[in-house]
Amino acid sequence: MKIVVCIKQVPSTEAKVQMDPTKGTLIREGVESIINPFDEYAIEEGVRLKESYGGEVTVISMGPPQAKDALKTALAMGADKAVLLSDRAFAGSDTLATSYTLSLGIRKIGDVDIVICGKQATDGDTAQVGPGLAQRLKLRQITYVSKIREIDAANKKITAERLIESGTQVVSASLPALITVVKDINQPRIPNIFSIKKATRAEIPVWGARDLGGDPKDFGFDGSPTQVVRIFTPPPRQGGEIIEGEASEAVAKLIEALSSRNIL
Amino acid sequence: MDFDLTEEQQMIKKMVAEFAEKEISPVAAENDLQEKFPSDIVKKMGELGIFGTVIPEEYGGGGFDNIAHAIVAEELGRVDSSVRGIYSVQVSLVALTILKWGNEDQKRKYVPRLASGEILGCFGLTEPNSGSDAVSMQATAVEDGDSYIINGNKMWITNGGVADIAVIFAKTDKNAGARGITAFIVDTKTPGFSTRDIHQKLGLKSSNTAELILTDVRVPKENILGEAGHGFKVAMSALDFGRYTVAAGCVGLAQGCYDAAKKYALERVQFGKPIAGHQLIQEMFADMTVDIEAGRLLVYRVGHLKNKGIPNTREVCVAKLFCSEMVNRVAYKALQVFGGYGFSGEFPIERYYRDARINTLYEGTSQIQKLIIASRDLGISAF
Ligand SMILES: Cc1cc2nc3c(=O)[nH]c(=O)nc-3n(C[C@H](O)[C@H](O)[C@H](O)COP(=O)(O)OP(=O)(O)OC[C@H]3O[C@@H](n4cnc5c(N)ncnc54)[C@H](O)[C@@H]3O)c2cc1C
Ligand SMILES: Cc1cc2nc3c(=O)[nH]c(=O)nc-3n(C[C@H](O)[C@H](O)[C@H](O)COP(=O)(O)OP(=O)(O)OC[C@H]3O[C@@H](n4cnc5c(N)ncnc54)[C@H](O)[C@@H]3O)c2cc1C
Repeated sequence: MKIVVCIKQVPSTEAKVQMDPTKGTLIREGVESIINPFDEYAIEEGVRLKESYGGEVTVISMGPPQAKDALKTALAMGADKAVLLSDRAFAGSDTLATSYTLSLGIRKIGDVDIVICGKQATDGDTAQVGPGLAQRLKLRQITYVSKIREIDAANKKITAERLIESGTQVVSASLPALITVVKDINQPRIPNIFSIKKATRAEIPVWGARDLGGDPKDFGFDGSPTQVVRIFTPPPRQGGEIIEGEASEAVAKLIEALSSRNIL
Repeated sequence: MDFDLTEEQQMIKKMVAEFAEKEISPVAAENDLQEKFPSDIVKKMGELGIFGTVIPEEYGGGGFDNIAHAIVAEELGRVDSSVRGIYSVQVSLVALTILKWGNEDQKRKYVPRLASGEILGCFGLTEPNSGSDAVSMQATAVEDGDSYIINGNKMWITNGGVADIAVIFAKTDKNAGARGITAFIVDTKTPGFSTRDIHQKLGLKSSNTAELILTDVRVPKENILGEAGHGFKVAMSALDFGRYTVAAGCVGLAQGCYDAAKKYALERVQFGKPIAGHQLIQEMFADMTVDIEAGRLLVYRVGHLKNKGIPNTREVCVAKLFCSEMVNRVAYKALQVFGGYGFSGEFPIERYYRDARINTLYEGTSQIQKLIIASRDLGISAF
């Protein structure tokens, strides 16, 4: 089975990320980068599928050269190959352009049975890239997957559980397909020293716009119909009002305060 | 000079830190309280190849360099000195010593299994009546056909009660001083080999420390490590390996103390502000930072020498002396930052403080490190 896992490098969720209010971008300097946390689950699921059904796992990321670190971590977790899509032409991509670029990369890898994405990225937070990619690649998609029940390789079919608000939904689709995964799906492994060694030795090919082909006006800024108008950190919440005194008095005051604000 | 960690060193650091955080940290306090040997953790370390970090790939290891080896000790020491001690003995005192002195058969037989954690090793040099003065050891090995018969007691042996193999030093010639000592690899299941666990230690409570009692233990000649009469050299070179990971473990433990104290100092409010804002507290943090950074540089310098294959006995003693004393200063200050709360088991600092103490004692006391350093520099031995 040929498995592709899409991973994005994001600023550490522990770091306090600052916004540049004029440019409308994240200030990334000096902020530690990590693999988008949901994508670690995607990698783990890819590696588990390989371990159960055979085949190989390729991880792919679009990003600046330092996204190689994220790809190396994925290799250390057991992925077999990695590809970085990196080119100045890709800068300024919104989710449409990102999906487009990734779809060309995955086409170039070729003959893919299953594409795995995280549910969403912790910085951009749109959860659009997975579905966008499925559309571009004309793959069936199952989003919010919390469990893969079965892959029937002979009949090219996948059955998975989706985490939905009211519970769990069981969905089958024929392969090739794309899934996006939630954190319930597995527990990502700690890499071992041998896979770390292998990862540090791996050569990671970098594919640019030329390698991917495609239409230059669909890449990056030009291919991005959405623009960030304004970006800001919401002001920290102010402490609320504390009503003190005996319970009976305090409750009366509270009721009055709520009704005077038309809440009650 | 390059002060940056390489990509693979960074990846090892991240991996061991994650392992320490997820697998060791949650159980460290309880294991300490119960004096419980962390068999599960040792098993997992074996599975992840952690014991094999610095072991060459041809002997089942990962083939990483000596800085990566120190980083492993550091990251383990940051959360649990008992586990760090198990690593030091298994890898530095036993596996690396067999790699350096063993013949090909011995290396193939033992090193891959030590690297994978399939077997545990211990190192038996100290005796009830022979500590700093190792040459005065009383254990004997008497030739008998194809074997030697070993008799003697070994004291304070880390992993002693849980080990599958022991590197044992004994006198094959009582009248030849240091030149009469021979090293053996002994299977601990050999008849006549027994152990007694030592309890109520001040620290390292979840690490196993035992007395080894050898009564007519028959060891085949092929188990001599190095050559007969070269045991003292074997022991001293083993300590060059061992002291390195002790020093690195001290840096890690000191970092653990610092991190715990920092978290607390930023949360604890007295006189209307976090105590981290009081000048005398800041002095302690500055002192701790300088101590830890100096120690880490000394350790990595030794790693650099080891990577280049340059003899480093003096430099490793400098690092071990400094770091073992340093971690006690740091633990003292970090506990002071906690005030009364540092005096209870509620916070890990209490365990860290107890665990810091061993480091100036074993693998050569601070006094012995000083005598080695000065005698090397002055050209006159104090022994
Ligand atoms: C501060 C900020 C503001 C933004 N504003 C806008 C905006 O206004 N309009 C807009 O359309 N976009 C915006 N983006 C989106 C930006 O272009 C995205 O980072 C990018 O398109 C991916 O979208 P996402 O981060 O929402 O990922 P999601 O769609 O949430 O990611 C889902 C999954 O897709 C995969 N994936 C996502 N990105 C990559 C990648 N680069 N390489 C490989 N796999 C990937 C991963 O598997 C991931 O788990 C913004 C991003 C940021 C950081
Ligand atoms: C928890 C623990 C684990 C251990 N693990 C191992 C192990 O795995 N293998 C092993 O072989 N040993 C092990 N040891 C033993 C340890 O290495 C010895 O305790 C140490 O070498 C000191 O020996 P000693 O205790 O006999 O002290 P002594 O040698 O009796 O020293 C007592 C004091 O006298 C000082 N002193 C001695 N000689 C001189 C001198 N010439 N000049 C100035 N001062 C001097 C010492 O510095 C010390 O302060 C362990 C010990 C402990 C406590």
